[in-house]
This record gives sequence, C-alpha cells and structure tokens, in this order.
Amino acid sequence: MSAAATLKAWVGAALAAPVVWLASAVNVPLKSWQRATGTGGMAAFFLAPNMAIFGIFVLVPLVINFFYSATSGTAYFLQDRSYVGLEQYQRLLDCSNYLDTATCREDLFWKAVHNTGLFVVVQVALMTVVSVVTALILNREIAGRSFWRAVFFFPVLLSPVVTGLIWRWILQRQGLLNLIVHDMGGEPYNWLTDRFWAFTAAVSVSVWAHMGFYTLILLAGLQAIPRDLYEAAEMDGTRPARVFWRITLPLLMPNLLVVIVLALIRAVQIFDEVYVLTGGGPGTSNLYLTQYIYEIGFASLLRNPGLASAASILMGLVLVVLTLLQLQVGRRGERKGARQ
Amino acid sequence: MGRITLTSIDRAYGKMKILHDINLDVADGEMLVLVGPSGCGKSTLLRLIAGLDRPTGGRIEIDGVDATDVSAAQRGLAMVFQSYALYPHMSVRQNLAFGLENIRMAKAEIDARIAEAARMLEIAPYLDRRPGQLSGGQKQRVAIGRAVVRNPTAFLLDEPLSNLDAELRISTRAELAALHKRLATTMIYVTHDQVEAMTLADRIVVMRSGRIEQIGRPLDLYNAPANLFVAGFIGAPRMNLLPVKVLSVAVNEVAVEGPGGLSAVIAANSAALKPGDEATLGIRPHDVDLSAGGPGSVEARVTLVEALGPETVVHATIAGDEKMVAVLNQQGIGAGGKQISLRLNPERMHLFDTAGLRVSII
Amino acid sequence: MTGVATFLTRRRGGRGWHWTDVVSWLWLIGGLVIMFGPAVWLVGSSFKTPAQLAEFPPTILPYVGQQTSVEGHDKPLTLYRVKLPDGSTKIMAEIRRIGIVAQMVDPKAPKDIVKINIADRQPVREIGFETGNYTEPFVHFDFLRYLRNSVFVTAMATLITLLTNSMAAFALSKYKFRGRDFTMLLIVGTLMVPLSVILVPLYSVVSAVGLLDSLWGVILPTVATPTGVFLLRQYMLTIPDELLDAARMDNASEWQIYWRIVLPLAAPALAVLAIFSVVWRWNDFLWPLVVLSRKELYTLQVGLNTYAGQLNVQWHFILAMTVVTMIPVVLVFVFLQRYITSGIAGTGLK
Repeated sequence: MSAAATLKAWVGAALAAPVVWLASAVNVPLKSWQRATGTGGMAAFFLAPNMAIFGIFVLVPLVINFFYSATSGTAYFLQDRSYVGLEQYQRLLDCSNYLDTATCREDLFWKAVHNTGLFVVVQVALMTVVSVVTALILNREIAGRSFWRAVFFFPVLLSPVVTGLIWRWILQRQGLLNLIVHDMGGEPYNWLTDRFWAFTAAVSVSVWAHMGFYTLILLAGLQAIPRDLYEAAEMDGTRPARVFWRITLPLLMPNLLVVIVLALIRAVQIFDEVYVLTGGGPGTSNLYLTQYIYEIGFASLLRNPGLASAASILMGLVLVVLTLLQLQVGRRGERKGARQ
Repeated sequence: MGRITLTSIDRAYGKMKILHDINLDVADGEMLVLVGPSGCGKSTLLRLIAGLDRPTGGRIEIDGVDATDVSAAQRGLAMVFQSYALYPHMSVRQNLAFGLENIRMAKAEIDARIAEAARMLEIAPYLDRRPGQLSGGQKQRVAIGRAVVRNPTAFLLDEPLSNLDAELRISTRAELAALHKRLATTMIYVTHDQVEAMTLADRIVVMRSGRIEQIGRPLDLYNAPANLFVAGFIGAPRMNLLPVKVLSVAVNEVAVEGPGGLSAVIAANSAALKPGDEATLGIRPHDVDLSAGGPGSVEARVTLVEALGPETVVHATIAGDEKMVAVLNQQGIGAGGKQISLRLNPERMHLFDTAGLRVSII
Repeated sequence: MTGVATFLTRRRGGRGWHWTDVVSWLWLIGGLVIMFGPAVWLVGSSFKTPAQLAEFPPTILPYVGQQTSVEGHDKPLTLYRVKLPDGSTKIMAEIRRIGIVAQMVDPKAPKDIVKINIADRQPVREIGFETGNYTEPFVHFDFLRYLRNSVFVTAMATLITLLTNSMAAFALSKYKFRGRDFTMLLIVGTLMVPLSVILVPLYSVVSAVGLLDSLWGVILPTVATPTGVFLLRQYMLTIPDELLDAARMDNASEWQIYWRIVLPLAAPALAVLAIFSVVWRWNDFLWPLVVLSRKELYTLQVGLNTYAGQLNVQWHFILAMTVVTMIPVVLVFVFLQRYITSGIAGTGLK
C-alpha cells in the first residue's frame, strides 16, 4: 500500500471512529430497551424521531390552520386571538363581481387569484408543449443523448433566487436581451416594468427552470414504449405524423397526464423565482397566491394572519382536488397498463 | 448437547392456523429432516425453533431448558438460509466474523475459528471476496461456514440446496452428510425434496397442512408409510395407488379386488376392515413386473415408455383410467398402445383403509 | 475532420437529412444556448467592473481598465486613449472627472493637466477579470456569514433527514405492528402538503417552541420529509428479510441490524436522498425568509434577495455572489451525472 493510500485509510478511520463509537454506544441502552419491549418497542423507537418532528411541524400546523382561519387580530399565538367564525372567509369571498377585482373587498386576493389562474393556464400549456417536444427529440437516435438530457436538466437544480437573479440581470435595461435587440436594430426596452412583458417573463422563466424535470418523466415514458411497435408501424408504411398521433401519444398518455397534473400543482404554488425576478410587479401584475399569503401573513404592515390562513386553506382545497385528480389519473394509467 | 423438544406447538396468523399441535423430540447429534410440500408449515416450524418467530401455544425446550421466550440470539443455534442470506456488503471473512464480534469474542479466537472453518469447508481462497463475486456453490459453503464458526448447539438448515444446480446439489448433499458425521451436532434440515430427506436423515418428519403425518427412519417410512400421503410423498417414482374393494376378511388375511382384473390376498391385520369397504392398494413401481397373465396379474395398456438404460419406466393405464407406473429391469418393452400384463409383488403390497390410514402388514 | 462531420450528421439508416433532423438539431443547439447561456452570461458579467456593467451595449467579455501610478498621486490612475484637439492620439491618465470634462495628465509629464471632453477618449483596457467582485463581499458584506449559515443548514438538515427518515423507513418496511398502515397513509397523505398552505400556523408553532430567528427553526420543519421516508421505505422493501433473520441468528441487536446491515445496503437510496436534500435545503427560500429576521442569521438565498432588493443595487457584487451560490449545485449536477453512470456500472460488481 502506498503512503498516500495508507494516510487516506488512516484519516478515513479516524473520521469514522466517533460515528462508529457513537453507534455502538447507542447500542448498549437500546439492547435493554429491546429486551424489555420486544420488537414492537423497537419499531416505536425507530419511528419516534421522525414522527415527532413530522407531528410537530406538519400535522399540528395542518390542524391548527383551521383554527387560525377562524380568528382575527395581528398576534401569532392562538390564545391571543379572538374567535370570529367564518368572517375571514366571508371577507375573502366578498365580491359583487368575481371577474372584476375592483368590486371585491379583498381586491388583492382576487388579483392574486386571477393572476394565478392565468399563470397556471399559460405556463402549464407552454410547459407541456415544450417538454413533450424536447422529450420526443431526446428520444430520437441522436449522438450524446445523456449530454443533451443533462443540458435541459441543468436549470432544475438552480435555486429560485439564482434563477430569478440570472433572468433579472438579462432582462434589465443594460442586459443581454437588449444587446440582442440592439444588434438587430431595435430600441432597448425596460422589459420588467411592462405588465405584459413582465408576465411573459415570469411564465417563460418558470418554464425554463422546470421543464427539464418534466422532460425526464416524459422521456422515461417514451423509452418504455416497445421498439417493435414502431417497427411494426414502419412495416405497415405508417406516416410519421400518424405514428405520433396513433402510437406515441396514446402510449405516452399516462406519463403526460401525470406531468400535466404535477405541473398544475406546482404552478398554483408559484412564488420564489417570480418574486425575485419581479417582486410581484409591476404593480400587482405578477402577484400570485403564495406571495399574497406571505405578504398578508408576515410582510405587510396591515398583517392579518387569520386572513392569510383562510386564503391558504382555500388554496389547499384546490391542491387537494388536483392531488385527488392525480391519484385518479394514476389509477387509470395503471388500469390501462394492466389491460395492455 | 443439542436436544430439542417441542411440546404441542401451535402457530396461527390471525384466524389462519399454520401449525397444529406439533410434538417433536430431536435427539442430540441427530440429523432430522422436515419434509413436505410447500406451504406445509415446515419452514415456519424451523423459524419457531430458531426463535425468529414465536409460537401461539406450546413449549420449546433446548437441552431441557424452556426456550419458548428466549430470543433467537440467546438460543445458541445457527441457521443456514435458503437464499444463503450472506451480507452482501461484507467480505466472506467479515460475514463469518459478524456473529462472533456481536458476542464480543476475542479477535484471536475469531481468527482461529474462521481459519478452521475455512480449512474444513475449503473457502480459504475467497475469504476476502464479497458474496457477489462467488458462485452458488461457494456461497453455500460460506453460509454453512457462518453457522459452523458459531459452534452452535444445533444447526437449522432451511432448504440449503434448493438454489444449486442438480449436479452440485448431489455433491453438496454428500458433503453435508460428511460434515454432520464429523461435527456430530444436531441438525434440523428442511426440504421439499424427498430424495434429500432419504439420503441425509437419521429420522424424517413428513408434514402436511401444519400437521406431522409421520416420523421415522427413512427406510421405515419407505417400507411402512403410515398413510396415503406419506406413501405418495416418499419414494420416486411415486407409489401406485389403486382403489380396491374388500371382498372378504379372515384372520390376518384380506382379500381385495380392483380394476383390470386385479385380485389379491394380503397378509394384513384385518381388524380395521370389513367386507365391502373401499380401500386403497399401494404398490411401488419397483415392485411391479411383467407377467404372462393369469391370477395375480392386471391387464394394462402402455401409454409411454421411458427407456433409461439400466431400467425402463413404463406408464400404463388399467381399465382405462387408473394410472400405473412400473420400473422394469429390462429393455425392449415396446411402445405405447401395447397391451401388457403386470404382476404386483404380493409381499410388497401396502393396504390403506377408507380413511387413508395404513393397515399393518403382517 | 470529415470523421467528426459524419459522426455529427450521422442519422438512422444513413439516409439523407430529413426535415425533422434539422428541426431536432436546431432545437438542441437552441436549448444548449438558452439553458447554459444565461448561466455563462452571469459568470462572465460577474467579472466585470461596475463601470463596465453600466455600459450599453454591454461587451461579451469582461475587460479591465489599465492603470498606472503617476508621480504626485497616491492612487494609481486609469489610462485612456485620448484624441487631442490637434487630431493626434495619446495615452493619458485621468486625475478626476467633473461632469463631461475630465482632467487628464500625460504620465511622462505629470505637471501638465489637460481638460478633455469625455467623448474624446476611450479607456485603455484588455480582457481581464475583476476578481475584486468576489473578494470584496467576503470582507465588506456579511457574505461569509451567510455562506456559513447556508452550509450549516444544508449539512445539518441533510444529516438529520438521512438519520430520521431511514430509521422511520426501517420501522415501516421491516416490522409488523399495529398502526403501521395508518402511519404510512399519514405520511403519504401529507406528501402533497406544500409549505405555503401551512405557512402561518407553522410560523406560530416554530415561535411557540422558541426556534424563531434561529437556524434550527429553518432546519427542523424541513427534515421529516415524507418523500424521503417513502423513497427509503420502497428501497428497503427490496432488502430480503432473510438477511435480517441471519443477523438475528448472529446475535445482532435490532439497532445493529439497522446500523450494520440495512443502512449500508440502502446506500444507493440514501445517496439519492442526500443529493436531493442538499439541493432542496441549499435552495430553500420562502421558509428561511419567514423565520429569519436577524440579518446575521440569513442564509445565502435570503441574503442575496435582500441585496438585490436594495434601492442601490450593487450588481457587480450580486452577480459574483450569485455565482458562488450556484457553485454547490453545479458541483452536484456534475457529480450526479457521474453517480448515475457509475451506479449502473457498479451494479455488476456489487
């Protein structure tokens, strides 16, 4: 063994020693616990840390959220808040015309609802088309497929803050986009201060950031389609377009539906990258539900945790419906798979 | 010492009863084979003995000490698993050492035991390999080695040969027998293969549906199966079983008649039978011979002839639907479709009463 | 060279180019530019000086102005190529600038100060990297502190996630006990509960247990991930129970079975969870933003957002800090690719 390898082994052993020692130290009291309680007690022991954290930080908040939404005031502790019943919900839903946010008592909430609705529709549609096209191309016999797959997956790992800042830098007045516009003879423009372009940017950036994830799911689905089906179609002289509509798309359907529903669930919760990119602006043109909950709950001077809670429960209901839809879709996909 | 006593052991999963009232006494140094079709509860029984599972009723004693509620680790037994269950992330040496380290045995002693086991099982060359780099036969040896180094009160073996190919299975079987002879330690061996049971066992326990059908030495089971199930299970090819009718009963003599002109007088204890009873006559294929016809013979129609060389296996039907297999020590029997006469050796006949229990032959 | 060309243009059956091939390659090349381009532009920009960042049109590559020390001036002065009124050009150093007029001096004749319209001069510069963008934030900002906070949160959360999730997954996959299915249902049921739905009550719970404005308040609510428990449990179900029985026969306690048998065997799934957890926790934004109000506790993501939200945005520092924030994820990206391929090759060995 070379000196370097010896040193490496020695350092490795020295680093591992405390962990190993700790693990064997834990073993001693546990052995008596095991003797006293049997394997049932051991199951409880193994579950305890995770379930304690899970209970305190997921289950408890989930339950007390309903109590929050039935109280008012600016205090965060439940005992300091006064019970108001369904008032917060009434306030949120108080609108003479749901399509016109100006007629709503909580116009910001409805602005956020409208924006989120529009965002979800446009973003999911764009996301689906872009991901399907990319997956179809990656499924062709191209040189270096794993490299190309990695290319499209790269932004998925970036943090929303980094994503937001990268694009803010590109879209700002002296940015790369304006350089391109300038080189093509156009006038530089302040993209992020324009309502239409800021919304377009929010949609495009979120597609840019997440399409790689959905492309991977779709690519897996495409690669699961047996090759001989395509060969049989080729033997039958089927035109490529027809192969796509009659073979690829139906067989890809289970994955495609999963992708659409997952994208829907994520789009409803859109927040971080758009918040960093535009801060929700200009004006309220990029204000979405999560940002509304955050600002009413914490950031705004007129904070109202009860109202934020009620809004989050309404959003939760939408997500529950979408999740049930996903389960339904998943089951249908399984049944379909079983029949084939 | 390695005496294991089971008293009225029951095991149920919810409403499903897996084992019914098992009573068993395993002598020290004995090779006891539990055999039966899959799902008969033999593996469950082994796990109860091992302490990996607890009985819902009854008592397990090891060397006279109640071990029913003692954990697997404290029973001092070692087990060889069907899948070998070697730890894939440890070298062979670490696999052998793991159990010894757990009882804080001195390092020198561990090394000595591993060296001894490795020499005995000829696994020394692969001590530093991982199980994934070993062949099936080598894994098998390591699995046995892991049990041997423990120096256990008894070995429990759960279908240890079922993952080996046919040739290796035969040689390993012989090695296991030799190992048992050398160690002289109690072994409880579970298999569904009656050949393994016959070749290895001091005593065989035949099980079915959670009950013990018969316990005995291999040849006793072969020569005097207690019931139709054991008769059919032990011996290959299977014993021929023909439905017969009791014609008359005299003192220690039962006259029966059956399909294909079969008639026989069997020297059997007649107390259990009376004229007119439906009974079953059993005859092993090796106890059937060709004959020129006449009394004591049956007419059969050949359906298939398997010429194996030293012997010929003839599949035939009697009276259209009763199947009969004969193993003949001659060649040139002819082909399917032929009519032949078969003589059943009256001294080797078995008789089972209406309930399927053996009528003892005098 | 022709070999490369035929390799790149090779296609199914060796027939000629179909229009779909053209579209595919355009899409892929376009994808390469759009996916990596912004990050490359970010890295390039992060090496530019503030003056260069304010320029329009921006240059593709970063340049550094040349400076020289001139007699009578303490600080080094920036060099410009100046077009003099007589039509000749000369390299001069700037002393100060007032409006559109700059006072300049010839380094060889430091006494003669000339007033030049700034339209008549070009900075002398060459490709160079303004590394000060990277070193300055460490000194003058709390950047180092944010970096430390982020590393602490990511490392702790990942370690705790791996430990608690694997213990729970072990219990849920290898023991039969009353309430097991209910527990599993509870965990899977909350798989889809996003943070934004429980933001307000979670905040109050964290403040009730006294973890507000503490890094542990950022860490603990994230570690009991249902995804992790689910992933590990599915993997542990594939570990044969006979191995555990063998270990029990070998005198191993249940803890030893978990620690010495199941955990090493679940290493591939643990690695996947570790990678996910590192990326998740490193990238977390909304929750730290809500919990942390003391500036010195900010994580990188929150700190970065705060800098970027200031009225006077110091882009040259923000870009550099963004690049630093991106580095671990880029490393994971590179590492993950290798991990996947070697994982496949490794299955033949292990």
